[in-house]
Amino acid sequence: MALYSDKVMDHFRNPRNVGVIEDANGIGEVGNAMCGDIMKMYLKIENGIVEDVKFETFGCGSAIASSSMATELIKGKPLEEVRELTNKAVAEALDGLPDYKMHCSVLAEEAIQAALEDYERKMGIITDEPRKEEERIEV
Amino acid sequence: MIYADNAATTKMSDAAIKTMVSVMNDTYGNPSSLYSTGQRAKEVLEQARVDVASVINAQPREIYFTSGGSEADNQAILTAAAIGKKSGKMHIISTAFEHHAVLHTLNKLEKEGYEITLLDVHEDGLVVPEELEEAIRPDTCLVTVMYANNEIGTVQPIRRIGEICRKHGVLFHTDAVQAIGHIPVDVEKDNIDMLSSSAHKYHGPKGVGFLYVKKGIRVTNLIEGGAQERGKRAGTENVPGIAAMAEALKEINSKMEANAEYLTAKRDRLIEGLKEIPHSALNGDAKKRLPSNVNFCFEGIEGESLLLLLDDKGIEASSGSACTSGSLDPSHVLLAIGRVHDVAHGSLRLSIGENITDDEVEYIISSVKEVVEYLRSFSPVWRDLQEGKREYIL
Repeated sequence: MALYSDKVMDHFRNPRNVGVIEDANGIGEVGNAMCGDIMKMYLKIENGIVEDVKFETFGCGSAIASSSMATELIKGKPLEEVRELTNKAVAEALDGLPDYKMHCSVLAEEAIQAALEDYERKMGIITDEPRKEEERIEV
Repeated sequence: MIYADNAATTKMSDAAIKTMVSVMNDTYGNPSSLYSTGQRAKEVLEQARVDVASVINAQPREIYFTSGGSEADNQAILTAAAIGKKSGKMHIISTAFEHHAVLHTLNKLEKEGYEITLLDVHEDGLVVPEELEEAIRPDTCLVTVMYANNEIGTVQPIRRIGEICRKHGVLFHTDAVQAIGHIPVDVEKDNIDMLSSSAHKYHGPKGVGFLYVKKGIRVTNLIEGGAQERGKRAGTENVPGIAAMAEALKEINSKMEANAEYLTAKRDRLIEGLKEIPHSALNGDAKKRLPSNVNFCFEGIEGESLLLLLDDKGIEASSGSACTSGSLDPSHVLLAIGRVHDVAHGSLRLSIGENITDDEVEYIISSVKEVVEYLRSFSPVWRDLQEGKREYIL
């Protein structure tokens, strides 16, 4: 049996929504280089809908595939739905991940939530301090 | 397909396969049996012992066949530990970048009360003999230093280390799994008391290896049972595997000089080509390394992605990235030579085989360049480095 499902390999080989949104209004970055995974999500939100999403990822095959799949799951979706996105949904959409790679899907979920939080802060929807880096990397 | 992971395992040679099949067909007897079929198997076994011994300049009775390198490492270390304990010597010296077969055995001994000193292997991946000499204490019972490192290929000053151990009356074991068959190893000249070897690293079969123990050293056995291997390793001998190992070893040993010269040229071209990748670094000394080994770190990318994309291009290699092992920490070898986690994750090991061509070398270089550039194109780490938000390490 191969390490990854065909779907993981497809998203790894042909990642969707790779790159940067110059005028993004929500940006989230999670992970750290020490652990070998960093994901950065760029959101362009208009009228409560994710009009565009792009990602940059430093990480293994499943980290790249998880980022790619997560962007597909939220593109064009209203924010209420995006808030509900779980790592489980990302992993399931990829036809599963090996157990020790599940943290990659967690990072994808966290990167999107961090980008959403950044947007809400910019919009004045939330006003508390951003979470500290260390708190966001525990996966 | 270019198989560039010969440090992981090698393809069996035709001669080794032929020998193995022929022994399985014709010499299937149990070497401990008295009748002819058994005695023929015994002859095959003892001829293999003679052949293996002669390659490393040992006596046949100093060779113990094992299930491979890990078993040999375990047995050698536990042998020295048992001898040391009898006279109250419970200090062992090794290095931080040994194979886990050595390190985990040492961990076990540490829990039993032994003291372990791990020598620094420095940025170049080499033990400094003077530092070893300083570390030797009156209660040191063993020095175990690998002949050549399995990840970065650095070849240790074994002869000098052996000399120092002899001078101080300390047993010296070397894990020579990566060295045997590839560079000259002579247990007499190198002052080696115990040595581990594994057949599948030199085109022999998996699951077989040997331990050399200098005569006069009382071997501790790991497996109790029958009187095979002079009572030091019970269990019916793997005669086909052992015969094939001896065949593979004789074969590779006869071509060693030519192989080394050929591979060194290819290795050096690979190093030269991959060095052109910006913010990359060769791991380990450029010259004091196995002829087949190339190991690089590339900043801003992660090794598993690199391996998967190289595999798509028909190149099979390995990495010290945490993601390839299922642990959170990258290779202990790269950490031991001072690479920080951030760049150790982005490593690539190529261990080339004797049949590699110039075209294949050039194809590897261009493919690695292409894949590294591609992965960097959407790496947030690389972006930060490029934009000056993060300092380059390499």
